[in-house]
Amino acid sequence: MSFSLYQINTVPSGWRKVLYLNWPLVLLLSIVACIGFMMLYSVAGGSMEPWVMPQAQRFAIGMTAMFVIAMIPIAFWRLVSGLGYAVSLILLLYVEFFGTVGMGAQRWLDLGPFRLQPSELAKITIVMVLAAYYARIDSAKTSHPLYILPPLVLILIPVFLTLKQPDLGTALLLLLGGGAVVFAAGVHWAYFATLIAAGGATVFAVFASRGTEWQLLKDYQFRRIDTFIDPTQDPLGAGYHITQSQIALGSGGFSGRGFMEGTQSRLNFLPEKHTDFIFTTLAEEFGFIGASSLLFIYLLIVALCIWTALSTKDRFASLLSLGIAATFFLYFAINMAMVMGLAPVVGVPLPLVSYGGTAMMVLLAAFGLVQSAHIHRPR
Amino acid sequence: MARSQKRKNEDSSARLSRRAIVLGGLMTTTCLVLAGRMRYLQLERADDFRLLAEENRINLRLLPPARGVIYDRKGTILADNAPNYRITMVREDAGDVDLVLARLSRLVNLDRDKLDRARDEMMSRPPFVPVTIADRLTWEEFSLVSVNAPALPGITPDVGLSRNYPLGGDFSHVVGYVGPVSDYYLETTGDTDPVLQIPDFQVGRYNVEARLEDVLRGKAGSKRVEVNAAGRVMRELDRSAAQQGADVQLTIDAYLQNYAEARLAGESAGAVVMDTQSGDILALASAPTYDPNLFVRGIPSSIWQTLNEDPYRPLANKATQGLYPPGSTYKMVVALAALEAGLIDPNETVFCGGSMQLGNRRFHCWKRGGHGRMNLVQGLAQSCDVYYYDLAQRVGIEAISAMAKKFGCGVRHEVPLSGVATGIAPTMEWKLANRGEPWVMGDTLNASIGQGFVLNSPLQLAVMTARLASGLALEPRLIRSIDGVEPNYDPVTSLDVSPANLAIIREGMFEVSNGERGTALSSRTVLEDYLIAGKTGTSQVRNITAAERAAGVIRNEDLPWERRDHALFVGYAPAHAPRYAISLIVEHGGGGSAAAAPLARDILLYAMFDGLPPLEAYPANQRRSVQERHDAMQLLPRRGSTDAPSSNGAGMSRA
Repeated sequence: MSFSLYQINTVPSGWRKVLYLNWPLVLLLSIVACIGFMMLYSVAGGSMEPWVMPQAQRFAIGMTAMFVIAMIPIAFWRLVSGLGYAVSLILLLYVEFFGTVGMGAQRWLDLGPFRLQPSELAKITIVMVLAAYYARIDSAKTSHPLYILPPLVLILIPVFLTLKQPDLGTALLLLLGGGAVVFAAGVHWAYFATLIAAGGATVFAVFASRGTEWQLLKDYQFRRIDTFIDPTQDPLGAGYHITQSQIALGSGGFSGRGFMEGTQSRLNFLPEKHTDFIFTTLAEEFGFIGASSLLFIYLLIVALCIWTALSTKDRFASLLSLGIAATFFLYFAINMAMVMGLAPVVGVPLPLVSYGGTAMMVLLAAFGLVQSAHIHRPR
Repeated sequence: MARSQKRKNEDSSARLSRRAIVLGGLMTTTCLVLAGRMRYLQLERADDFRLLAEENRINLRLLPPARGVIYDRKGTILADNAPNYRITMVREDAGDVDLVLARLSRLVNLDRDKLDRARDEMMSRPPFVPVTIADRLTWEEFSLVSVNAPALPGITPDVGLSRNYPLGGDFSHVVGYVGPVSDYYLETTGDTDPVLQIPDFQVGRYNVEARLEDVLRGKAGSKRVEVNAAGRVMRELDRSAAQQGADVQLTIDAYLQNYAEARLAGESAGAVVMDTQSGDILALASAPTYDPNLFVRGIPSSIWQTLNEDPYRPLANKATQGLYPPGSTYKMVVALAALEAGLIDPNETVFCGGSMQLGNRRFHCWKRGGHGRMNLVQGLAQSCDVYYYDLAQRVGIEAISAMAKKFGCGVRHEVPLSGVATGIAPTMEWKLANRGEPWVMGDTLNASIGQGFVLNSPLQLAVMTARLASGLALEPRLIRSIDGVEPNYDPVTSLDVSPANLAIIREGMFEVSNGERGTALSSRTVLEDYLIAGKTGTSQVRNITAAERAAGVIRNEDLPWERRDHALFVGYAPAHAPRYAISLIVEHGGGGSAAAAPLARDILLYAMFDGLPPLEAYPANQRRSVQERHDAMQLLPRRGSTDAPSSNGAGMSRA
C-alpha cells in the first residue's frame, strides 16, 4: 500500500508535467507531420496552397490539444469515456440523417469553419469506452460469455453505422481497433479462434457455392467481389488507381526520383494524390529508402505507445494506449497495403501525412491520451 | 483478501503484458510484410515500373511528311501540296463557345451542319483539345480571322497541307489522285507505316500517285511530348523532323498534254505521244477527264455517280486501259512480218476486186469496188484489205503475232499507271487455250487487218509506231527523274529488223499521209520539214451481215453511237527525221481518216512547234477552220508570256 502510495505521490504536478511528457513521441509525430507537409507541397506542384497551410494549422491545433489533454489526469478521461462514446454515436446518427454528402458518402458534419467526421472521432472513443469497461469489470470475468456481450454491442453499433455511410475503411478500423482492446484485455483466445474460423468458413462457403445450385450470392455480386479483391481485372475502372499507384511506387526505385520530380503525381496519373494515395508520391520521389523510413518511424511510434502501455500499472491507461497504438497501426498498415496492391482499396488515410483535418486532430488528441497515461502513470 | 486481490491484479496485468507483446509481434510482422512488398516493388521490379511510368508520361506524336512534288519534263508543277487553311478552336480558351462561334460566323461562311458537329465534338472531348471548326478557307477568310483573333478567344488559325493538282483534269489520267487512308486501303495493301495513323493523312490512290507511293510519301517525323493523365501536353521533349517525300519528274510535257486533252475534248478518245529517240511519253491523254481535286476532298456521291454512269466513261484511261481492235493500223506489222520472212517482193502486186473468197466465206475489202492491182506501198497507202488477206495466208498468224510482239503489241509495258492493259497478239495456241477452238485461216485473215482477236491499247500502238519510226527497241518511259536522279533504264538498242524493210514500211506510211490516194491525205501538213507519216484505222465493233452488205453497208452516221466504228490513227513526224510518234483512238468516231487523223496531225504539229503551229503548216483550205478552232480553245497560258520564266525552274534546279 505504501509502495503504491509512494508511486502515486511521485506523479508530477503543475508545469513539471511538461518535463515528463513522452518527448520522443512528440518528436516522431512532428517528423511524420513534416514529411506530410513536404509531400503536400510536392503534389501541389511546389506550392503551400492549397494543402500545406491548412494542414499546418490543423497540426498546430492538434498539437495544442494533445498537450492540453496530456495535462489532464488519465482518471478524468476514464470517467468521461462513456460520455465520449455516447456523443460520437449521436454524431454518427446525426450525420446519417443530416450529414453533408461528400465523395459519395455521408460523412461530414458542417460546423461552420470546421467539417467534422464523426467516424474519425468514433475510432478513439470506442477504444476509450472498451478500455474503461475492462478496467471496471472483474478481471477474472473477462472471458465470461455474459461479459463478452457488452463490448460486442459497443463495437458493432458504430461499425454498423459507418458501414451504412458506406465507409468500409472506417468500419474495418473500428472493428479491428476495438477487437485489439478486447484481445489485450485478456479475453480467452478461443473466442478469437472461433470467430476467425467461423469467418473463414463463411467466406469459404460463399466462394465454394459459386457456380453450384446453392449459390449464396448473385453472379454480379461475385463479380463485384472479384474486382474488389483483384482490381487489375478492371484496369480502367477500379484497377486504374491501383495500377497507377504501383507504377508510381515501383518507378521510385531504391533512392527515388527526387523531391518534386515524381512524374506520376505531377502529371496527375495518381488519383487522390493528396489524400489516400499520398504514400505513392513519397515512394516515387524518395524511393525505397524514404518509404521504408516512414514505415520504420510509424513502427517506432507504435512501439512507444506499447511501451507506455507496458510501463503503467493502470489497467485503463494500459488498454487505452494499446488500443490507440493498434488503431494508429491499422491506419498506416491498411493504407500502405492498399496502395501497394496487397489489400483492396478502402478509404483509409495515411495517418498524419494525408491531407485531412479531422483525422489529424483526432489522432493527435488520441496521442494526448497516451501522453496523459504516460505522465500520470503510477510508478 | 487484499492479497488475493493483488494477486489477481498481477495475474491480469501479466496477461495484459503478454497480450500486448503478442499484439506488438503481430504488428511488427505485418510491417515486415509491408517492407517486403516495398522491396519487391521498388527494388526488384523498379525497372519495369520505371518503364511503365515513362510510357505513361511520354507520348509520341507523329509529324506528317510533305508529299513529294510531281513535275512535268520542263518543271511545271503537276501535283503539289497546298496550304489548307483551317480554324481550330479550344473550348477552355473560348469561354463562351456560342458567342465566339456567332462572331466567327459573321466573318466567314460556316457550314451549319459542320458547325454543329464541331460543337458536339468539342463538348464531348477534354476542354483543351483543339477541334477543327472549318477548313479549306480562302486566304481572304483566313486573314480576316487572323486579324480579328483578339475578339475570338480560343480560335486558332492553322495551316495544314493538302494535295493540290493545279492543272486539274489534264493530268487525272496520268498523275491520278490521293485520298484519305481507308480501312480498305489498309487491308489490301498491308501497309503498316505509322504515318498512316496521322489524321487526315493522304495516300496515293490512283495512277502515278499510287504506283510511286513509296517514293512520294516520305518518312514521318516525330516529337516526344510529356502528357498528363488527361492527355494534355505539358511540354515538348524533343523532335525529329519529317523527311519529305522525293520529288518526281515525269516525261510528260504539260503543254502538249494540255493541248492533247483540249483537242480530244468532246470525244471519248485516247492518245499517246512518244519521243522516238528515248521512248519518253510526252503526252498521255484520255477524254473525257475529271478533276482529281474532287477525289482529294472526298468526292460527293452525286458527282461520282455522274462520272461512273457517263457512257463516255471519264474514269477510264483509254490510252492505257482501253483495248481496241487496231484495225488497219496493224497492217505495218503484217507487211513487215512478210518482208522479214522473205515471202514477198514489195513490188509484187495483188489484185483487189473488192473481196476474197476463202472456202465458203467471203472476206471484203473496205472499198466495195476494189482497188485493182496493188503493190505493198500502194496497199498500205490505200489500206487495201485484200492485199493483206493475200499476205496473211502466206505469212501465217505465228509470224504476224511474233512481229507484233517485237513491236510492243500484246505486250505489257511497265509504266507506273493503274491498270495498264496487256492486249492480245493472238496465236494458235492462244485461241485453243482461251476459246477452246482450233485456229482457222479466217482468223488469220481477220488478224491481218487488225480485227478478230487482236486487241491493243493506244499505248501499245504508240510504242509500235515509235519503233517503226526509229528502228529502236524503245520502251515507254513515264519517269524522267526521281529526286533529281534518272531511273536505271536499259540502254536503247536497235530492233532486230532489216532497215531496208523498215524503209519500205515508212515509205508506205508516208504515202498514207502524203500520197495522192493516201487515206490521210486530207490530214496532211504542207511544210516540208514538218511532214507526217502515218496510218489510219477503222475497226468494226459489230459484224456486218451478208444481207446488210447486199443492201449497202449502213453508214456510221446512221448508227447509234455505241455501234459506230472506232477511228484510229498512228503516225510520226517529221516524216524524214522522226522525233514524235503518236497513236490516237476516237471511240465510235467513225472512220480513221476523218475522225482520228486530223486530231493526231494537230497534236503532232503542236509537239513539233512546241506550241500552236503557224497556219502555214496546214493545207490552205483548212487554215480558216483551224484558226477558228485555235481561237475557241482555252489552253494553258504559255510560260514566259505572262508568268515569270523561272518560277518553276527554281524548283527543278535539283533535278
